[in-house]
Amino acid sequence: MKQIAKQIEARFMELGIKVETSEIESFLKKHNVPKSEFFAPRETPLVKVSDVKEDGKWVTVRGKVVQLWEVNQESISQVGLFGDESGTIKFTKWVKAALPTVEEGKNYIFKNVATSEWQGQFSIKLNKTSEIIPVAEEIEVGSTPTEFSGAIVDIQSGSGLIKRCPECNRALVKGACGEHGKVEGIYDLRVKAVMDDGEKVQDILLNREVTEALTGITLEKAKEMATEALDQAVVLDMIKSKLVGRYFVVSGAKLDRFILVDSIKPDVKPIEEEIKRILAASAAPIAQEA
Amino acid sequence: MAENGFVREVAHRIFAAELKESNLQAKDGNDQYSPQYLITPTGAKCNRVFIVGTLTEKEDVGTDSEFWRGRIVDPTGAFFVTAGQYQPEAAQVLAKTAPPEFIAVIGKPTTFTTKEGNVLTSIRAESMHVVDAATRDRWVVDAAMHTAKRLEKLAGSEPNAVKAREHYNTNADAYRAMVAQALESMRAR
Repeated sequence: MKQIAKQIEARFMELGIKVETSEIESFLKKHNVPKSEFFAPRETPLVKVSDVKEDGKWVTVRGKVVQLWEVNQESISQVGLFGDESGTIKFTKWVKAALPTVEEGKNYIFKNVATSEWQGQFSIKLNKTSEIIPVAEEIEVGSTPTEFSGAIVDIQSGSGLIKRCPECNRALVKGACGEHGKVEGIYDLRVKAVMDDGEKVQDILLNREVTEALTGITLEKAKEMATEALDQAVVLDMIKSKLVGRYFVVSGAKLDRFILVDSIKPDVKPIEEEIKRILAASAAPIAQEA
Repeated sequence: MAENGFVREVAHRIFAAELKESNLQAKDGNDQYSPQYLITPTGAKCNRVFIVGTLTEKEDVGTDSEFWRGRIVDPTGAFFVTAGQYQPEAAQVLAKTAPPEFIAVIGKPTTFTTKEGNVLTSIRAESMHVVDAATRDRWVVDAAMHTAKRLEKLAGSEPNAVKAREHYNTNADAYRAMVAQALESMRAR
């Protein structure tokens, strides 16, 4: 079977005719040949994630599952961030792919995955023909951290003490999960904030650890505060009063419009030098005119 | 507006002395939802501002519901900030803060024309928070830097710079002096 297929393909290649995948698929369907038998797992090139720069290519990547995100679509089984030495990329594993579950912080080879592009952002998709091979070796993820310094000008709703769905980890809205309905949520602490340096706006996302370290409010304390006040919003108010209108320097991986912050510090750069610099720069033209 | 939909407006850093002189309104597009901008004498086109200063006075001037007005001072002059029932969080902060106190305000610049035809500029606060002296100092430097940058471009051909020049006939040297004076005031302490 495979041989025949290869011969046919070789013949087509000789004639310089490109066969569309969809045509092959419909042909196979007509003749009742299982797809997996026809599409022999071809060796796809092992690439670095930073080299994924084209839509619709088949590649193999080797790296670590850096983060798993909330899944908000029925057709997706897992979605998250996959990284290797060169950087990180979003990955999506379809339910239909029927592949094993991957874990955060574990290393894998994702074999035969499809690259895709949306609004200039690249991602990889794991489908039926893909394979997941666990790797024992620890792979360093080369972060290409983005740094931003400016003032926090807003904290968005959905920040502070929130509840997540125990099934899918998604944040609950009014005690209900978009996917699983009314559920007993698990408490979590996070901040979605907007930073601004006077020229650009940058959205940032602080997870529980970062939020705790920055605000000094632990998840436990937040729960206590909320219970005492009979209101979850007190935590958000407290966070706002500690952050909004103040200057910070953040760094972390950039994702879509967010920076997933791993470090946030009050901006303590000495201002004396800055004063000198501005004075010198603006004094010069006056001196010339005089 | 960019292709991918809504884009948040940047909060400009403007000194009180400059905001006080601002009275040039601009609008992108014609429908009633187009954002309203205020073009300042140095050519900042702002729909949102970020200021930090000392709250020196506050007053509830509302009749039916609370409507707070505050006076916030920076090294160059004073801002007038308002917060009413549609800015409950900011109004709360203003209500409970006793002057003098360093305060950071993020808000929309608004203008009001008096019967005599004078245009008054104030800031409708979106949020307001008490901050420390270090934040205030940092803001002064930040505002100085941005003002200096705008002054550099003021002679150029950017549309906002051109509009500002034509409308205000801006005296760039006066603004440079303002920036220098604001920075010197930080050193004096």
